Amino acid sequence: MGLEAEIPVLTTSVEKMVQWARRSSIWPVTFGLACCAIEMMAMSCGRYDIARFGAEVFRGSPRQSDLMIVAGRLSRKMAPALRRIYDQMPEPKWVISMGACASIGGVFDNYALVQGVDQVVPVDVYVPGCPPRPESLIYGIVQLQRKIALQKLT
Amino acid sequence: MDSDALARLMQEALPGVHLESAPSRDLQTTFYIQREDVPAVMRAMRDRPELRFSVLAEVTAVDFWPREPRFEVIYILVSLEHRWRVRLKVRLAGDSANVSTVSEVWPSANWLEREVWDLFGIAFDGHPDPRRLLMPEDWEGFPLRKDYPVQIAKKPQVTEPMQVTAEEFRANLEKDRLARK
Repeated sequence: MGLEAEIPVLTTSVEKMVQWARRSSIWPVTFGLACCAIEMMAMSCGRYDIARFGAEVFRGSPRQSDLMIVAGRLSRKMAPALRRIYDQMPEPKWVISMGACASIGGVFDNYALVQGVDQVVPVDVYVPGCPPRPESLIYGIVQLQRKIALQKLT
Repeated sequence: MDSDALARLMQEALPGVHLESAPSRDLQTTFYIQREDVPAVMRAMRDRPELRFSVLAEVTAVDFWPREPRFEVIYILVSLEHRWRVRLKVRLAGDSANVSTVSEVWPSANWLEREVWDLFGIAFDGHPDPRRLLMPEDWEGFPLRKDYPVQIAKKPQVTEPMQVTAEEFRANLEKDRLARK
């Protein structure tokens, strides 16, 4: 963006402005599945305050959301519901896989759990940890913002 | 009340039923009963005034594979009136793993027996709603059996999203509008 000399106007390209708008106001859908959800809640509350990064408006409806934070282990019975909520989110949409269980199944190497939510939905950022601390998840969201900033409008 | 006294009471209430006292690590009064006796024993345990086990606290099972008889179904009964707890067990062979339901005696047995069916594959004859409880309904196998391959990797099943064309969407809106009139 460049500031013109005389008039108080900022000039930029449409693409840059759209990227800036998208990454500055990420609305996550609440999808807490297990103990990772506690860290996710801690991240959105006063001590860590994800509002500093513009991603604090947790929505109860997938229709109003941009980001799905899969926080916890996903059971096979839950997988169709997760996919359905993902399908109900409007484009553009992103997914963060939070924690070891959501990313690769974690300690639960058994029949009941999906071994990584990337079998069900496309994942943009994986956050490791068991559970990840709120700082880790904030770092994941910042990484996602960098990714959004590089996405071209086609 | 100690377990001998309860055994005497039960034997008086149920003549002709074979009660086999069993040791238990937690000192809970425990009896093995025969599979054929389950309906009569359970009804008497609830209805006889000297017993009055009005609460069925738990129905569960154990798989002792490869030992035969392989399964044991375990009922934990509570008498609120007399403040007793008792544990009744039924041995079941692997090739005939079925036992009569007690859901007519205690309605709470309905879901407990569904859970045992779901995870152990023990059938409850005469159950009003013999569906799976925890696993998906089209699941194959019974996960808590000892010979179940626990670390199987199956692909998760998801349904395809419904795709609606613009014409269909408008037609749906119109139908909705007419239905509201």
